[in-house]
Amino acid sequence: MLSNMTTTASNNRTILTTAIGAVLAVAAAFAAASFAGPATVVAVINASIRGTVPIALGAMSGIFSERSAIVNIGIEGMMLIAAYVGFMLNVFLSGPNIPAFLQYEPVRLMVALAGGVFVGGLMGLLHALLSVRFKVDQIISGTVINTLALGLTGYLYLAGATTSGRLPPLIANPFDESAGVAYWIGEIIFNKGIITYLTVILIIAITIALFRTAWGLRTRAIGEHPRAADTLGVNVYRLQYFNLFISGCMAGLGGVFLTLEAVGSFERGMTSGRGFIALAVMIFGKWHPLGAAAGALLFGFATALQGQLQFFGINIPHQFIGMLPYLLTVIVLAGFVGRARPPAHDGVPYEVE
Amino acid sequence: MQANTKNVVLEVQNITKQFPGVLANDNVSMKLHEGEILALLGENGAGKSTLMNIIYGLYHADSGSVMLNGREVHFASPREAIHSGIGMVHQHFQLIPVMTVAENIVLGEEVTNGIFLDMAEAARRVRELSEQHNLAVDPDALIEDLPVGIQQRVEIIKALYRDAQILILDEPTAVLTPQEVQELFKIMRNLAARGVSIIFITHKLKEVLAVAHRIVVMRGGRVVGTTTPQESTEASLAAMMVGREVLLRVEKSPAHPEDIILEVDGLSAEDDRGHMVVRNVSLQVRAGEVLGVAGVQGNGQTELVEVLTGLRRASSGSFQIRGRLLTNASPRAITSAGSGHIPEDRQRYGMVKSYTVAENLVLNTYYTKPFASDPNWRMLPFFGAAYTAVALISFGVMALIWNTLWDNALWPLVLGLFGITDPAEAGREAMSTPNLIGLIVLIVLTLLLGSVAHQIAVRVMRWLRPHVEPRLRHMLGGSDGLVFNYDAVDRYAERLVKEYDIRTPSVQTPGGSLSGGNQQKMVVAREFGRSPKLLIAAQPTRGIDVGSIEFIHQRIVAQRDAGAAVLLVSAELDEITALSDRIAVIYKGEIVATVPADTVTREQLGLLMAGASAEDVLRAPAEAIA
Repeated sequence: MLSNMTTTASNNRTILTTAIGAVLAVAAAFAAASFAGPATVVAVINASIRGTVPIALGAMSGIFSERSAIVNIGIEGMMLIAAYVGFMLNVFLSGPNIPAFLQYEPVRLMVALAGGVFVGGLMGLLHALLSVRFKVDQIISGTVINTLALGLTGYLYLAGATTSGRLPPLIANPFDESAGVAYWIGEIIFNKGIITYLTVILIIAITIALFRTAWGLRTRAIGEHPRAADTLGVNVYRLQYFNLFISGCMAGLGGVFLTLEAVGSFERGMTSGRGFIALAVMIFGKWHPLGAAAGALLFGFATALQGQLQFFGINIPHQFIGMLPYLLTVIVLAGFVGRARPPAHDGVPYEVE
Repeated sequence: MQANTKNVVLEVQNITKQFPGVLANDNVSMKLHEGEILALLGENGAGKSTLMNIIYGLYHADSGSVMLNGREVHFASPREAIHSGIGMVHQHFQLIPVMTVAENIVLGEEVTNGIFLDMAEAARRVRELSEQHNLAVDPDALIEDLPVGIQQRVEIIKALYRDAQILILDEPTAVLTPQEVQELFKIMRNLAARGVSIIFITHKLKEVLAVAHRIVVMRGGRVVGTTTPQESTEASLAAMMVGREVLLRVEKSPAHPEDIILEVDGLSAEDDRGHMVVRNVSLQVRAGEVLGVAGVQGNGQTELVEVLTGLRRASSGSFQIRGRLLTNASPRAITSAGSGHIPEDRQRYGMVKSYTVAENLVLNTYYTKPFASDPNWRMLPFFGAAYTAVALISFGVMALIWNTLWDNALWPLVLGLFGITDPAEAGREAMSTPNLIGLIVLIVLTLLLGSVAHQIAVRVMRWLRPHVEPRLRHMLGGSDGLVFNYDAVDRYAERLVKEYDIRTPSVQTPGGSLSGGNQQKMVVAREFGRSPKLLIAAQPTRGIDVGSIEFIHQRIVAQRDAGAAVLLVSAELDEITALSDRIAVIYKGEIVATVPADTVTREQLGLLMAGASAEDVLRAPAEAIA
């Protein structure tokens, strides 16, 4: 079903590229496993997945927004605020004077997650309000959100606030080391938190929704030619508000992943440009969820490789190795993607006649 | 007349709509019957579009009422109009290029099973509609791959899919080729026969006579008459529409061709997708003649004109304007060689919508005198440097000569006056007066030599300037000055506005706010105002009103008579035959025939444009006579 999820040749090419990439990755993994041992390879793959999840979610955020004709450079800020809110809710709910059922860890973590995602959604709505209702330049509106997020979280951040617990692995690896390859594959597939699995499901669900539902058709239509959609009775503004809320939620989930699943603590400016990388990845994927996911995976892999190279103690200043993922992004965007065609009306405010 | 016995499906009564400064609709009333094709005829700005937008719910009338099937309706938005069975095909299609035909049609009223789109069912319904109404389209084709004629069908099906009983077609033929227009008329008759009522907005008289059942003519916001094709002629309709007698035939005397101005030799070019669309085109246009290039839209005319105006690279071949080889030269080089260009898409290539009329009128002359005026600050550094160099060198040479003279002759002479032979032995006291004299001489001489050096430098500059300045100006982008002289621009613009009858509140009005006809007159004024030696006019009257067409045609002939060579490219056969002295027919990028205009019939041209061989077509009348 996924193979004919697309409408244009360029999207088919994206999928083909993804498939070739996947095959190459598996081949590389086997080669590396025989060279560096399976533990290292699995560690790199798991690190890749950890790196991929927030970027992929950020890219989904971008797709929701830009397919609805609104440029969203505020993903970074939305992620940051959601990360902060998720973290602080978790801290707050484990504090004094909180009913016991809320203190119960699974409930507490889920409430924190939902809270973070919801606040992300609210930031999306703020972006929509500024750019749809008040027709503020969308780049400025996004910058406002980024600056706001950085300042607000930096100001409110309580040094020394520690969290008790983070999202646990949803399913433990059923194999033990005696199972050989099955164990290593299990290490990759299992032992992941809920957001990681949710991300995979979301990417597939968004692909289906965008290309196989009435909502998707209307969303793509307002991204390309809002006037045409308007003359056919599609409420352009309402759809933009709705999609921007979802866009914020996606960014929020990516932010919450950082504090509740990956790290378990909050630092100032901890998103460190992931929101912007997500935008690049979205363009790499030509505004297609699967393509964007492939781009996120590439970036996640480069991040993991970079960590591993530093770990190996290769004699290059670590700052240079740290550049690897970003350099890769630039090279891939400039060299391999070529001219991507954004939604035709992306970034242009729509005025009802 | 038979349609008038049917039910009235739509009636507007005493509609008045005031816009700031304009009474767009003044007490307008009209009726539309079931299954009727009603032509709404009027020039741009006559109030046709305002009236339709009121019916369609985009505007609200200040007074008056709209009755649909006998009931008064007030639509707050087009959505409500659509739901009441009114469909509108806008002049600018509301289609999404990257989506399929079926997606475009069902958008907003999607066919779903559960939450998923059922595109197979949607395509089936589209196919059903297209068969039912003889509107052949492929539901799975992408809009961007379709020619405009087919895109228009998609728009019509969009309305029919929403059960439109009343179809408003806003200038539907403006973008169509003659063949596509015939197709559209067939479709319209077919729909009318099935009971769909059609309002056909246009200003093209032939079309009205060909397809309408009834004609309502508007002028200045008012209905000035209702008639039928049987009772009217092109001339009578034009007179009603414009309010005076209109010359439908262009008056022109035989041409007196002189020197070759444009010589195109074996020119080929590719379109944006890399297909060869201009193939080995050779033609000549002489001073004082109009060469018409006839052809169905999309046969390489656009690209040919783009190459000849420097907007597209030729892949092979060459062209010369007045003997200068200008293949792949810059548009400015071609413009300054004496070529004027009326582009086919005036809003994209002919003007800057947000610029004022005055600015638009100097869009390709702003860098010349008197619009770009001295002082020429851009050249100052060059002349400044040259002046300094000349002055310093001449001063240095003179100082050197003087120094030698002073040291060897004058200084010993001064010392001799005071009886000093060796300054080193003379002592401070004795030297004070000769030193003072020396200092005064030095100061006086510096001033003297300085002014002489200045005079020399100024003279050299004066001599140098005519030789250097043109080259320098060319290097700097051909500007005659850096300072924009708005007074001169405005004076020039006011003259052109008067001369070319451009209807605008002032020359400071943004060009984009003029009506289409006046925008085109503005473009024409700019190009003709420069008295070009070669005029390349592409679709010079597309989508504009009769009055403006008449005016522009007369001006083109006047340019010809003034000795300009005119290359006219048009998809309108009437325009080609009315203006041309010779006609070149282009088909699939090749000139298939070049014939004198008075020896060829419309039918022959039509056949040639459709790809028939020149031999067969042009031999036919001879046989007929034989």
